[in-house]
Amino acid sequence: MYLRIARLSRGRMTRGRPKVSQTVADTAETPVSLDRRFQDWIDAERKIEPRDWMPEAYRRTLIRQISQHAHSEIIGMQPEGNWITRAPSLRRKVALIAKVQDEAGHGLYLYSAAETLGASRDDMVADLLSGKAKYSSIFNYPTPSWADIGAIGWLVDGAAICNQVPLCRTSYGPYARAMVRVCKEESFHQRQGYEIMMALAQGTPEQKQMAQEALNRWWIPSLLMFGPPDDQSPNSAQSMKWKIKRHSNDDLRQRFVDMTVPQAEFLGLTLPDPDLKWNEERGHYDFGALPWDEFQAVLKGHGPCNRQRMAFRNKTFADGAWVREAASAYAEKQKARQAAAVKAA
Amino acid sequence: MSKVNWPLWEVFVRGKAGLSHKHVGSVHAADAEMAIANARDLYTRRSEGVSLWVVPASAIVASDPADKDSLFEPADDKVYRHPTFYDIPDDVGHM
Repeated sequence: MYLRIARLSRGRMTRGRPKVSQTVADTAETPVSLDRRFQDWIDAERKIEPRDWMPEAYRRTLIRQISQHAHSEIIGMQPEGNWITRAPSLRRKVALIAKVQDEAGHGLYLYSAAETLGASRDDMVADLLSGKAKYSSIFNYPTPSWADIGAIGWLVDGAAICNQVPLCRTSYGPYARAMVRVCKEESFHQRQGYEIMMALAQGTPEQKQMAQEALNRWWIPSLLMFGPPDDQSPNSAQSMKWKIKRHSNDDLRQRFVDMTVPQAEFLGLTLPDPDLKWNEERGHYDFGALPWDEFQAVLKGHGPCNRQRMAFRNKTFADGAWVREAASAYAEKQKARQAAAVKAA
Repeated sequence: MSKVNWPLWEVFVRGKAGLSHKHVGSVHAADAEMAIANARDLYTRRSEGVSLWVVPASAIVASDPADKDSLFEPADDKVYRHPTFYDIPDDVGHM
């Protein structure tokens, strides 16, 4: 039996989703044994592809995670886009334009991956614009100085790399493949950010102070990016069992701290945490308690820039309406002309 | 919000002359020309390709995952289709 892929794996299908994967030959199986076979398949480090059988909760979890990730990339263009017109040199400006364009690209790779699970692009965009969908809390912080652009590249993209490198091995094929592309590009982002910080840290005392102040602003929000502590992250266990997630929030946060401390030392800048110190016994850096009330508040919409980010996104979308309408009208007209030409021939 | 509802196009990129086109992802576009433009911007920002194909996702016909065993398993027990199935003495040399 042959099937049109679009009807099966894309948003247009309703209930016609394939019920059986290659691991499950017997269609009369109970849901329990389908679940078990699915888990066995995952445990064997095999990938799930769009039209394979999967538990409904696995599909929903992935759609939520991938679309939130996509929304974060799209909103993430704003804090840095803020500085494109005021970049201090042409070299910095072309790099920043390329980086912001990459963020748009990452959003689009991810929307494309979420669509393979049956989500519709229009619905995802609508959920972002209406405020129904969440995005990473980090992008609700402002970028008052050029040094913030360096700090974002170094810390925010650095934290993103820590999170995303393990996602290249996530169990859902299209998500993993999107993350491979994203990670290659993030590496450029982090290096361009660190170079900005280096130039400032080695510059005049005023420039060094700018770099230190940006670091002070972004350090804690960067650590919050990894999400709540393991004992307050109820969905983590299931995501790890399904191998969507490979490491816990706290493990990834620790990895990021260990990685970043020597980088800050090289810059001659101080991480703003009096409790930060090397723990010989653990072989890791200890760090101070994090303000989880702030994290929750920003997530709920009470960060410094939530309203500004949403208003800007909505305005941009509305401003583009005439372009989309013109493109649709042009496509319709071409199609009609082509049909007429075929008829005449 | 007005919905866009542009069709989905699957994108294939030829990495360089000598390689076949490979599936890389998808874009939405009003027509084929815009699909090529969007695919170019999204999937070839770093010299990833020298040629693009875009195909309406609705035009792709795929085998059903449920038929995987009946379609592909019969090949598994036909080891005689592989060169290593045949015993040739070492003395004969490389063959």
